[in-house]
Amino acid sequence: MKYYIIKRVMATFPLLLGISFLCFIFINLIPSDPAEVALRLSQVPIVTDELLAQVRADMGLDKPFLMRYLHWLGDTVRLDFGHSYTNPSRTVLGELARSLPNTLILASLSLVLVIALSIPIGFLSAVYKDSLFDRIMRGFVFMTTAMPSYWIGLIFMWFFAIKLRLFPISGNTSLSHFLLPAFTVALSYISIYIRLIRNNMLLNMGQDYVLYAQVRGLKDGMILTRHVLKNSLQSCITAIGMSIPQLISGTIVVENLFAINGLGRLCIASIFNRDYPVIQAYVLFMGVLFILFNLVFDIIQMAADPRLRKES
Amino acid sequence: MIKQFFQSRLSIACLVIILLFTLAGIFAPYIAPNDPYETDLMNKFSSYTREHPLGTDQLGRCVLSRLIHGIRPTLFLSLLAMAGTITLGLVMGILAGYFRGWVDEVIMRVVDVMLSFPSQIMILAVVALLGIDIRNVILANIFVKWAWYARMIRTTVIQYTGKNFVLFSKSIGSGSPYILTRHLLPCIASELVVLATLDTGWTILNISTLSFLGLGVQAPTPEWGAMLNEAKNVVTSNPGQMVAPGVAIVILIAAFNMLGDCMRDAMDPREVRN
Repeated sequence: MKYYIIKRVMATFPLLLGISFLCFIFINLIPSDPAEVALRLSQVPIVTDELLAQVRADMGLDKPFLMRYLHWLGDTVRLDFGHSYTNPSRTVLGELARSLPNTLILASLSLVLVIALSIPIGFLSAVYKDSLFDRIMRGFVFMTTAMPSYWIGLIFMWFFAIKLRLFPISGNTSLSHFLLPAFTVALSYISIYIRLIRNNMLLNMGQDYVLYAQVRGLKDGMILTRHVLKNSLQSCITAIGMSIPQLISGTIVVENLFAINGLGRLCIASIFNRDYPVIQAYVLFMGVLFILFNLVFDIIQMAADPRLRKES
Repeated sequence: MIKQFFQSRLSIACLVIILLFTLAGIFAPYIAPNDPYETDLMNKFSSYTREHPLGTDQLGRCVLSRLIHGIRPTLFLSLLAMAGTITLGLVMGILAGYFRGWVDEVIMRVVDVMLSFPSQIMILAVVALLGIDIRNVILANIFVKWAWYARMIRTTVIQYTGKNFVLFSKSIGSGSPYILTRHLLPCIASELVVLATLDTGWTILNISTLSFLGLGVQAPTPEWGAMLNEAKNVVTSNPGQMVAPGVAIVILIAAFNMLGDCMRDAMDPREVRN
């Protein structure tokens, strides 16, 4: 187990390096010249060729590609992403830090909804397979995979916020502002996990240990909750854990729809404003988040399931 | 397999829906009752009339006509993106799987990096880099998605190159191009079609989402995601605007998903259906 963790952590470093390299290439491919941008930011009235050359030398832009990458990597590790192009008085880190809390509230609220709804529904649909409830839920799962989240969000907005006036329409000032968006984000994940838990339960219900437990005279409810559900949840927990970064990145559409000032809205606004440092930092942040969550939940799964440990 | 596929009424229904959408898209100028760009500010947000069967939008344009013309960007651009993805994935996958060696190593390492990155973020990064345009959205889709196909195709190719009929063909002197096109391609085809059908739904969703965010198809062009974006602005006063494009998207994507599921069932009858 210890050996596995060390191996897994070591394997993460090249991936992180690869992603940082991709992000560095990204900022190098953009059509604008960083030296020119820097001059514009310091409000130099006339940009001459000599001035440009001097700034390039100052910024180290005349150095070889690899040297620049290492320099950039050093800055990035210290969380220094430079300044925003469109709003030079603000640092990129500050912009990200300002938007992150709203996105985190939204994502964690959706995560709670996903766990609270998908596990009981998946459990019940498996136990009462082919009942009316199960068929309705299967229809629901099928429909949500075909519905775009922005349309679901629009319908929710119209029905709950405008028609029933239960929730505020948009903004991010109170917790009730987050409920509709969180449910919109959660909906597609809920249907994925309902299906996963249901299929896992059905697979497990056919196993020998269930028969053995029945022979031992255990009550059905006991077998289902203590044995079958426990075994079925194992792979689901990992899947849900790995989808946390997906939840965080999946808030883009909903944030734009419900006007929540989070990371996704910042990202889209930056794309429209060609604010490349912000986009780069966002992409890097998401990539690192994905890799780290994969790492952590791989190890958790390994720790939770002795069968996997034996195989490695 | 094909016979079994056509026995299922559901799959035929899906196929018919998709065909109808396609035909409506191709013959859009002849079917649409009005010009999708013609504005009529005196007659905006009108309800269902004979002249405008689905009413008019905030500029008085005929919703039905825009819906029909919208099939072109929505469906056809998604199909174009899929075609690009499959072609690139097919070439890369076959190169890696058939020739092995260093070609395989290089391609598969690239695939590994591509797959470790979240696809939605990657699409946004590519669009940000290339600029906001529907052409770039399609390029981004191809760029992000090909790696999945390359890996799947490589596995299948490796699986079949060891089979006796391929070895026999090689031993009687067939060249690589002949073996690839006549022996290996047909083996991959059925699996590829299923995957591609399921993914078309995903691509339609994706492209329309980007259009909804304003990154894809731009304003006056009728596209369902862009239409919903316009409907969003009037959701408080005229919520009816979001019904038609939304329902159209759901029907089309559901048809593709259902068709893909049916084809998978037809291909693999052993699979227990639960």
